[in-house]
Amino acid sequence: MGLSRRTIVHLVLLAAALAVPLSNDIYYTRFATQIAIYGMAAMSCDLLLGYGGMVTFGQAAFFGVGAYATGMLTLAGFHDALIVWPLAMLAAMGFALVIGALSIRAQGFQFIMVTLAFGQMTYYIAQALRDYGGDNGFTMPRRNTFAGVTLANHVLFYYVTLALLVIVLFLCSRLVRSEFGMVIRGRRDNERRLAAIGIPPYRYKLALFVIAGAVAGLGGALMANHARFVSPALLSFQVSGQFLAMVILGSAGTLIGPVFGAAIYLVFQQVLSDYTDHWMIFFGPLLVARVMFVKEGVWGMILAALRAHEPTPAPLPAEEGAAE
Amino acid sequence: MSEAVLEIRGVSKSFGALRACDDISLEVRRGEVHALIGPNGAGKTTLIGQITGELAPDQGSIHFEGRDITPLATAARARLGLARSFQITSIFRSFTAQGNVALAVQATEPHSFRFWHDVRRIGRLQNPARRRLEEIGLAARAGTVAAGMAHGEHRQLELAMALATEPTMLLLDEPMAGLGSEESQAMLALLGRLKGQYSILLIEHDMDVVFSLADRVSVLVQGRVIASGAAEAIRNDPQVRVAYLGEDDDAEG
Amino acid sequence: MTAALFVEQLFNGVQFGLMLFLMAVGVTLVFGIMRVINLAHGSLFMVGGYLLVACVQATGSYWVAVPVAITGVVVVGAAMEVLVLRPLYGRGHLDQVLATFGLTMFFNEAVVVIWGRLPLNVAIPAALDGSIQIFPGVHYPVYRLAITGAALVCGAILYVVIVHTRLGALIRAGSDKREMVEALGVNIGLLYTAVFALGAAFAGFAGMLTGPLLSVETGMGDPILILTLVCIVIGGTGSIRGALAGSLIVGVFDTFSRVMLPQIVGLTAGTAVVGMADYVLMALVLIFSRTGLFAAYRG
Repeated sequence: MGLSRRTIVHLVLLAAALAVPLSNDIYYTRFATQIAIYGMAAMSCDLLLGYGGMVTFGQAAFFGVGAYATGMLTLAGFHDALIVWPLAMLAAMGFALVIGALSIRAQGFQFIMVTLAFGQMTYYIAQALRDYGGDNGFTMPRRNTFAGVTLANHVLFYYVTLALLVIVLFLCSRLVRSEFGMVIRGRRDNERRLAAIGIPPYRYKLALFVIAGAVAGLGGALMANHARFVSPALLSFQVSGQFLAMVILGSAGTLIGPVFGAAIYLVFQQVLSDYTDHWMIFFGPLLVARVMFVKEGVWGMILAALRAHEPTPAPLPAEEGAAE
Repeated sequence: MSEAVLEIRGVSKSFGALRACDDISLEVRRGEVHALIGPNGAGKTTLIGQITGELAPDQGSIHFEGRDITPLATAARARLGLARSFQITSIFRSFTAQGNVALAVQATEPHSFRFWHDVRRIGRLQNPARRRLEEIGLAARAGTVAAGMAHGEHRQLELAMALATEPTMLLLDEPMAGLGSEESQAMLALLGRLKGQYSILLIEHDMDVVFSLADRVSVLVQGRVIASGAAEAIRNDPQVRVAYLGEDDDAEG
Repeated sequence: MTAALFVEQLFNGVQFGLMLFLMAVGVTLVFGIMRVINLAHGSLFMVGGYLLVACVQATGSYWVAVPVAITGVVVVGAAMEVLVLRPLYGRGHLDQVLATFGLTMFFNEAVVVIWGRLPLNVAIPAALDGSIQIFPGVHYPVYRLAITGAALVCGAILYVVIVHTRLGALIRAGSDKREMVEALGVNIGLLYTAVFALGAAFAGFAGMLTGPLLSVETGMGDPILILTLVCIVIGGTGSIRGALAGSLIVGVFDTFSRVMLPQIVGLTAGTAVVGMADYVLMALVLIFSRTGLFAAYRG
C-alpha cells in the first residue's frame, strides 16, 4: 500500500525542515527556530480556535508565563530543561486554569474581551516584576541543558525545538481525533446540542484551555532559550494578535496550518522590515486585505489541491477541514 | 397504575410583565404519549426550556423519575434519561451522520476525558451508532457530512441521536416541522414504533399526528393549562375548540 | 486619607470614568447594532489626540482646533467603517478581530511616520488653566472640571439623540429588527456609518480631552481600549446604561486603588498590584454574574 499524498507532503516538509542547517548560514537556522517556536504557540491557538471554536486574544499570556518561568528558574540555578520546561508548562497551565475558569462561561465577543483583558493583566504583572527588570525584562545568562548537553549550539537547539514541535503536533493530532476531541468539536458546532445529549460543556472547554496553555507555555520556554531574553513584550496583546494572524494565514483547524502561518508571517515581517523601519504601516493593511479578500489559509489550499487529484476515501465522522 | 415519569408542579415563569407560564402542572406517565398542544405564543417553548434546564422557573418544580431536577443543569438532566429533539434542527453540522450518533453514544459514558484513541476506530461507539442509523433508516447516509443532508434527514438524525443516549423519556418538539408529506408519513410510522418503548412528551401542531399517537393531551393557552385528559375527550372538548378559534388546526409547525 | 484627598480622588475617578464612558459608548453601540468587534477603537482615541496637536499647531488656537479635530476623527471613522468594517458585517468574530487588529498596527505606525516617535504635549488652554476651590480647603484643576462637564454634555446629547430623535429610534430599532428597518426604506448602510461616526467622534473627543493630561504618543489608545472592554464586561454588554455604570465603577475603583494600594501593601508590592486591580475587579464580577451587571445582550 502506497503512502497517501498527504503523508508524502508531510515527509517532504519534515525533510526540508531537517535540512535547514545544511545551508551553513546560522541565520537561517535561527530563523527556522523562531518559526518553529511561534508555530507551536500558534498551534495552541488553533486548538482553541479551529477545533474549540474559541477566539482567544490572550494566548500570549501563557506563552509569556512559560518564558518567565523558564528565565526565573534558570536565574535561580535550575538549568536542566527536563526540569525547567515541564515546570514552565505547569506554570502556564496554572494561569490557564485560573483565567480559563473565569473566562469560559463567556461566549463569543465577551470571551474575546475577557481573554484580552486577562492577557493585559498578566502583561502588567510582568511589568511589575522589578527583580526581573520590570518593563525592560532580563537576560538568561545561558541556555538550559537538555539531558546534560548544553543547548548553546544553535543547530542542536533547532533540532530539539523541531523534535518537540513534531511531538506536540503528533499529540495534538491524536487529541483532536479522540473522544475528547469530538466533544470539543461538537461543542464548537452546537453547544446546546452537546448539553442536550448529556455532555456538560464547560469542564471540557476548560480542559482544552489548560491544554492549549501548556502548549503555549512550552513555546515560551523555548523562546526564553532561543533569545536568552525575557521581557513583558512577550505577553502583549500584539503577540496574541500575531498568533491569531498566523493561524488564519495558515488555515485554522489543521494544526500544521499555523506552523505554515508562522513561517509566512515571520518571513513577511522580515522582508518588510528590511525594507523599512515602518514596516507595520504596510503589514497592517496586508493583514486587513488578507482577511477581507482571501478565504482560505495556505495549508487549506494545499489540502484542497491534494484532494482534487486524489479519489476521495469515505468521509470520516469528523472531517478535519479548514474551519475559520 | 403507571406512575409519573415527569412531573411539572406549579411552574411559573415571567419575562418582565409577560407571564409566559402560569402555574402549570402536568405529568407524563410511564409508557404514554402525552401531547402538549396550543397556539403559538402559548408558552410551550418556555415550558420546554424549563423542563430541559435551559431556563429556571420563577416558581414551582420539575421532577423526573421521582427526583427533583429543578436545580440540575441541562446535561445532568439528559444523563438521567431525559432526551429531546429540537424544533429547529440542532445537530453537529461538521460531523457525519454516523459521527453525530456516535457522539450521542459517547455521551452515555461517565466522561470523555480520553485523549488518545481515534474515535472512528472505537467499535463500542461506532457499532451502536450504525445500528441506530439502520433503525431510523439513515444507514445509507452514515458517511455523509451532516451539513450536506436534507432537512428531513436532519429530523431523522435528531431522533437517532436522542435514542442513542438510551433515555427513558423523549421530549419531542414539533418533530413534523418542515417535513413534506412522504417524510411526515415516515416520521409518523417511526414515532408509532417508539410508542410504548419510551415515555413521550410530544409538542405538535399537526392535529392528525397528535390524535393518532397521543394517549393523553394537555392544552396550553396563554401560559395556562386549560384542559388535560384522554385524547378523545380533549378532541371533543368545546372549550378547547374555542381556544383554537382562528387557528388552522391542520397547520404544521 | 484626608477628606480633601478623598474628594479630589473621587472627582478624578468620575472624570476618568466619564472618559472611559465616551469610549465605551462607541464600542457598545457598534457591537450592539452592527455586531462587530472593533479593536481599532483605541486608534480613534489616539488619532483624536494627534489631530488636536496638529490643529493647535496649525491654527494656534485650542478652541478652533477642537471642532476641526473632531471633524477629522469623524472622517477617519467613517472611512474605517466603509472600507474595512462594512465588508466584515456578518463575518465571524475572528475575521473582525484580525482585520481591526491590522488597522491598529497601521494607525500606530502611521502616526509615527507623520509625527515621529517622541510623545507630544498639548498645553492646557489658558482659559481652563489653574484650579478653583470646589469645597472649603479643596482645590481642583479647572481643566479636569471642564472635561468632566464636556463628557456629561456628550452623555446628555447621546441621551437626547437616542431617546428623542428619529436617528435614535432607528438605532434602537436597528439593533433588534434589521429587516424591518430596511423595509421602511431606511438606508441601513448610512445608518451604520452614522452610528460608527458617532462612536468615533466620542472616542476621538476623549482622546483630545485626555491629551493635555497625559502625553500623546503611539499606541496610547490600546490600553484605554482594553480597559474600556473591562468596563463593558463589568457593566454588561450591549447596554449603554451598563457602559456608564461599568465605566464609572472602573474609573473610581482604578483611581482609588492607585492611591490606596501602595499605602495598604507597601510601595513596591503596591505598584505591582495596581495594574492588576481593575482586572481582579472584572474577575470578581465574572464570578458572580456571567453577563455583567446590566447586560442587554446575553449572547
